[in-house]
Amino acid sequence: MSHSPIQPTILSRPVYGELEPRSGSQHLFVADAEGGEAILDMARAAPEGFFDKAHIIFIPKETGQSLVARLESLKPAQLHIAPSYSAVVPRLHRVLSSAHMGLQLYLSGTEGLMGQAMLEATNQGIPHTAIQTEHRGSLCRRVQCVHCKGITEDVTMDPFQCSHCGLHLFVRDHYSRRMAAFQGVCVDAENPGDIPEPVERFP
Amino acid sequence: MTIVFKEESFRDDFTYSNSDWAIQRFPFPFDKDSYMYSVNMERHVPVQAGSVFEAAFDVDEHYVSEMRDRALVLAEDPLRCQSLPHMTLAGWDVLELIMTSKAADYPEHFELHRDGDTWRWINRPLGIDQSFTFLDETTLPYGPLEYITRQAQGDFAVLDQRDDNLWMDAGMVTTQADWSLDFDIGMNFFEWHAPVPKAHEMGIFQRALQYLLNIRQGEPARRLNWTMTVNPLLDTSPENYHKWGVMRGELTPENIGQKLHLRVELQTFYRLPRSNGLLFPIRCYLISLQDLVTVPKWGRRLHRVIRDLPEELATYKGFIDNRPLILEYLSKYDDGAPTSPGIFPD
Repeated sequence: MSHSPIQPTILSRPVYGELEPRSGSQHLFVADAEGGEAILDMARAAPEGFFDKAHIIFIPKETGQSLVARLESLKPAQLHIAPSYSAVVPRLHRVLSSAHMGLQLYLSGTEGLMGQAMLEATNQGIPHTAIQTEHRGSLCRRVQCVHCKGITEDVTMDPFQCSHCGLHLFVRDHYSRRMAAFQGVCVDAENPGDIPEPVERFP
Repeated sequence: MTIVFKEESFRDDFTYSNSDWAIQRFPFPFDKDSYMYSVNMERHVPVQAGSVFEAAFDVDEHYVSEMRDRALVLAEDPLRCQSLPHMTLAGWDVLELIMTSKAADYPEHFELHRDGDTWRWINRPLGIDQSFTFLDETTLPYGPLEYITRQAQGDFAVLDQRDDNLWMDAGMVTTQADWSLDFDIGMNFFEWHAPVPKAHEMGIFQRALQYLLNIRQGEPARRLNWTMTVNPLLDTSPENYHKWGVMRGELTPENIGQKLHLRVELQTFYRLPRSNGLLFPIRCYLISLQDLVTVPKWGRRLHRVIRDLPEELATYKGFIDNRPLILEYLSKYDDGAPTSPGIFPD
């Protein structure tokens, strides 16, 4: 049973599963916030010695220190606590670029985190269908403004104001893996100034 | 036949218009008095001399002005033409297909001379005389796909075929009905069609994909699609929706005949020989309502189609708010008389 309320809508909208231990030569985890709990839950089903070959990259966000000690107790070969996804990118790039056949990749947490890490992995030749994902925590979305092309992170309201060009955008379910983002489209194009009251659709 | 190319604009003062010749050959998309999605594919073979179905890539009086409009769009937004790295060979396939077809169909306007890999391309309407080496990108001013589609009307999606699916991995898209190549590039057939209502549940895309996966070299297919556009605006892109969306509110009973256009896409599908990709040209034709109703059969039929169209489709096609105004205008041209089968004028 998934812990996520995300349901399939249109066919470009990603859906997520539940992490499960697979056999592999190396296990790479990338998680943010409550995504750390998905790793802990999966660990219960993991065979002895599983984490000897594991590298966990964790971005606590608002979970602060609450999950860090429990992740340490899994005794992964490497545990890297990072302040943000963008701070993680060089490390992730380095690890993926030297990865061998048999690497298992596990992503958990917000859609923005999973989408971006997946993009990094697919750019390094890992097919997206071979990557495990589990959504946990906030429903916030990473949204690309179709007009100025700027991406706004952690969008919770719909409509919202583009953090780059300032247009008021409604958030579609149409999703691009290549952008790791949903599409935002001007909400008042046909009636300038007629902007609906924002609703917290992605708490 | 020598075509006289018009000087006209698709923006600002919108001087675009159709001659009587262009009206008579307009690809009216309804073969009966109602419309619902269907796979509606047929072989792309010439029918009816002078029609838009005669040449592989139809060239008409709007050619030179459309190519100028494309150049303006690209100058503003180079992301309208993109090609993922593995699609270069397919780009050469496209260049070859368009050059050989245009030279064969319109010898008075286009010439292609080939000596091994040394090619010379002459495009008289655009004043181009280019010698280059086939498959050598350094000998052209743009990549092969961009080079040739700056000289061909309509949008071009280039699809890679793998895993029993089609992937939108390259394209030139400046005359689109509100979809973004930049956002959709890299998506598979179901993903890029995801926002279309109803058709998924009806199995349309599953059947269409099966058909397209089996298209063979030398056996292209075609279908028509349609929507409505206020003003003869080719670039109804999502990128610029915040600029053109407001035009939808500008219709009045007085100006609707001149301002509202039926927008028809002639979609064709070609298997590409080297890459095994599929070329998906989407050629846009625009006709004002006032020109359309000069063909009585079309005036009658369009009234009935728009009147009976399910609300969901009218919303998706973007004219739900304007439907009462459109019906008020078109009803004057529908006397209730029966219409003949097929799309051509009586």
